Amino acid sequence: MSRLLITGASLQGERTADVLVVDGTIAEIGAGLDASGAEVVDADGLVALPGLVDLHTHLREPGREDAETVLSGSRAAAVGGYTAVLAMANTNPVTDTAEAAERVWSLGQAAGVVDVHPVGSVTKGLAGEELSEIGLMARSKARVRVFSDDGRCVGNARVMRRALEYVKAFGGVISQHSQDTDLAGSTSCCHEGELSGRLGLPGWPGVAEDVIVARDVMLARHTGSRVHVAHVSTAGSVEVVRWAKSQGIAVTAEVTPHHLLLTTDLLAGYDPTFKVNPPLRPAEDVEALRGALADGTIDAVATDHAPHARHDKEHAFVDAAFGMLGLETAVQVVAQVMVESGLMGWADVARVMSTTPAAIAGLDGQGQGLVVGAPANLTLVDPSADVTVDRADSVSLSRNNPYHGRTFGAAVRATFLRGRATVLDGKLV
Amino acid sequence: MRKHLLSVADLSLDDVETLFATAAEMHDVQHREVKKLPALRGRTVINLFFEDSTRTRSSFEIAGKWLSADTINITGKGSSTSKGESLRDTVLTICAMGVDALVMRHSASGAALQVSQWVDAAVINAGDGTHEHPSQALLDAYTLTRFFDARRLGPLEGKHVVIVGDLTHSRVFRSNVGLLTMLGARVTVVAPPTLMPSGVGAWSASAGFATSYDLDEVLPTADAVMMLRVQKERMSGGFFPTGREYTVGYGLTRDRLSLLRDDVPILHPGPMNRGLEIAADAADAATSVVLDQVSSGVAVRMSILYHLLAGEGSEK
Amino acid sequence: MVPDGAEQQPDQPVPPSEERPGRVVFDADEIARALTRIGHEILERNRGAHDLVLLGVPSRGVPLAQRIADRIASVEGVEVPVGSLDVTFYRDDLRKHPARGPQHTDIPPGGIDGKTVVLVDDVLYSGRTVRSALDAMNDLGRPDVVRLAVLVDRGHRELPIRADHVGKNLPSARSERVMVRLAETDGFEEVRIAEGTSRVGTAGDAGEGGTQA
Repeated sequence: MSRLLITGASLQGERTADVLVVDGTIAEIGAGLDASGAEVVDADGLVALPGLVDLHTHLREPGREDAETVLSGSRAAAVGGYTAVLAMANTNPVTDTAEAAERVWSLGQAAGVVDVHPVGSVTKGLAGEELSEIGLMARSKARVRVFSDDGRCVGNARVMRRALEYVKAFGGVISQHSQDTDLAGSTSCCHEGELSGRLGLPGWPGVAEDVIVARDVMLARHTGSRVHVAHVSTAGSVEVVRWAKSQGIAVTAEVTPHHLLLTTDLLAGYDPTFKVNPPLRPAEDVEALRGALADGTIDAVATDHAPHARHDKEHAFVDAAFGMLGLETAVQVVAQVMVESGLMGWADVARVMSTTPAAIAGLDGQGQGLVVGAPANLTLVDPSADVTVDRADSVSLSRNNPYHGRTFGAAVRATFLRGRATVLDGKLV
Repeated sequence: MRKHLLSVADLSLDDVETLFATAAEMHDVQHREVKKLPALRGRTVINLFFEDSTRTRSSFEIAGKWLSADTINITGKGSSTSKGESLRDTVLTICAMGVDALVMRHSASGAALQVSQWVDAAVINAGDGTHEHPSQALLDAYTLTRFFDARRLGPLEGKHVVIVGDLTHSRVFRSNVGLLTMLGARVTVVAPPTLMPSGVGAWSASAGFATSYDLDEVLPTADAVMMLRVQKERMSGGFFPTGREYTVGYGLTRDRLSLLRDDVPILHPGPMNRGLEIAADAADAATSVVLDQVSSGVAVRMSILYHLLAGEGSEK
Repeated sequence: MVPDGAEQQPDQPVPPSEERPGRVVFDADEIARALTRIGHEILERNRGAHDLVLLGVPSRGVPLAQRIADRIASVEGVEVPVGSLDVTFYRDDLRKHPARGPQHTDIPPGGIDGKTVVLVDDVLYSGRTVRSALDAMNDLGRPDVVRLAVLVDRGHRELPIRADHVGKNLPSARSERVMVRLAETDGFEEVRIAEGTSRVGTAGDAGEGGTQA
């Protein structure tokens, strides 16, 4: 029988207590618990959160193991306080079969650092035409529940409708990368506005996202199915989601840490580190996203962790790969823009980074909160740290870290997956 | 003067005056029997063109040769970029040969700026995507200055320069609007709404230029008119319905010539689409300075190469 | 535009002589007499004013050339063509300084082919300016004869070059600087010698052609 006692933690920032973990399950929560026979972790001054769940991670394996692997990405997740991640389907080969899904799932099991749940693609090869083997992926060992062509939008309304209908059979959800490719094509890489005009960069107008979100919520209403809006980036999308929720439509939405903090003006130096899809938006959009996360219109924070080999970013801006790292810094960013600003408390952070994403993804053993009987997935965060991000310190295989040189006031000190420490003192175990 | 010439924003007013004064001397060299100066002897200038351009490349090539630099052309179509090599690897490889300056043309905005952060050589932006083309703006302003001087029309400062055409996709427009406003000219840019850059309202307000959809309204007060090339493929992109309709709305037609005073120079960076954005009567008008732009281009580029490469601190 | 700012100088107030460093070695009258003598020597050497062209090296060689031409005109009644020959692009020390803009080169309409060209400069020192001038001339034509006239020869040659006509031989140390000031460029006339090597790019702390060449 293994016993772990976490002492003096501030549970979701609300009350201070000890947490006793026995055999991977939270056995007791209270003051002055008996430490005998237990490994003791002093969490004085730290905030305990349920293990974080990321709805949106790119692990690059199979296909681009030079940028990230399931193992390296799992480690990055653990360092960021995560105990579960959903691995996007745009690998090579694409996760569009049961076999492909099981392979990712097995790699995650073998790594054993966080729970890795593959996301299945909506369409074969992400081509947007024929449905992938959605049902077989759902029935596989991987028990896939989230489907997404992320990186590409399911542009065809008929295909999107069928996918929404089809996943109703097993409670699945379609996570949509909302980008009308007629309005924002493959070269579009800068928020369309004054800056894109000045820089001469192909514009990615916010409306290209808004119109797809609008269409998809109507399809969700029509089909009675669930749609999830990946990486919401515009005030317009927020308005649509808010309206849809008011109508009782089954829509959920996620926002990335980078869209909560970084703004489009960072592109002025043409540094491809800041090239991401959807693009960084102006401050007005960022404000709207923060407000929507605080008021519940946006349900979850998801990283869209997108590692890239250095040489894939060392191209001219329009030719460089889209995406930025996010797993290791997500809590820090959310703490700064949402908690330190007073928009949210730590309990809200637990909701948007653990409980709700786990519910959206239909994960059993995750996001159950800090309650007796729940699996002991826990994260300890130092809310009064002073950390300057150095991209060289990352455990990811990639270095496309947009926060390099920024200072944050929070840091993950420890992560526990079913009672086993994966990170202690901020370092991988 | 800074080490690189990436954007007209890299230049101070003094820099521009210096470049123009030297260009005037270079202009004289152009008309000598021996068109050669030893100032850049032993210097190596690579014209690295990832995108086709006959006139800019040959202009820089002649400029380099007349200054005695060793000038080598590398064109991108056969370069490694098309084989998937990163831009950084491509330019580092070229610079490892021992290069003093890279004159660079690339289809991507910002490419010259990025490259300048990777290499030791001086980088001269010869056009980056739809962003900037600073040597073109310098030669345009230099051409205008000489035109006004020769006719005793006073300085460029205070003159009303009208730029017409596909502004969205034009690096010539972006460099010109920056340089001309810096030199004190009053600039009005004219295009159909679909060819106006996004966010031009806020940009023009802060940068101090005017915008218009109505060419006929603007031309009578013009002191100079710059017509930009309109690429025919923009029609398929839905930016305007037909060439005919574009010409009627925004071409410098024979009828529109009559709206101009007879001392208003007509500029075009070339290559011209005669009959589309500029009528033959305008292209060949007595006030057309299209060929002066080309010859000034060599003088201005000699001046740029000289000032970036001749002095101390420009050693590799 | 004009790197050493010489042509702007007449607009600036002229400092009183006692506030200027060093000592005067040549005053306005002596300069005038020297130029007159040089004019005569040129005529004598050339056996008249035929085929003569005077090319001044900017900045101060140009007014000196014009003055010599004026003297020849008053003696011979012939207008000798005067021009300017900038040597900036031909200097061998270009890379030792920030790039400087050139000054004007102006070859008289008759050109220099087959002519007797007299190069005129204010100070002859290392000889490098003269070498640059010879190279520059090479790209502009082929004179029959080239001669050199200078107001001051201060010695310390680094190249096998000597002047044909010298206003004054001025023994100097390398640690000293020789400053020629002319009405046209500076608003007053004198040649002065002072301690301290010239600063590059400062007005005519001569050297040759405005720099310590």
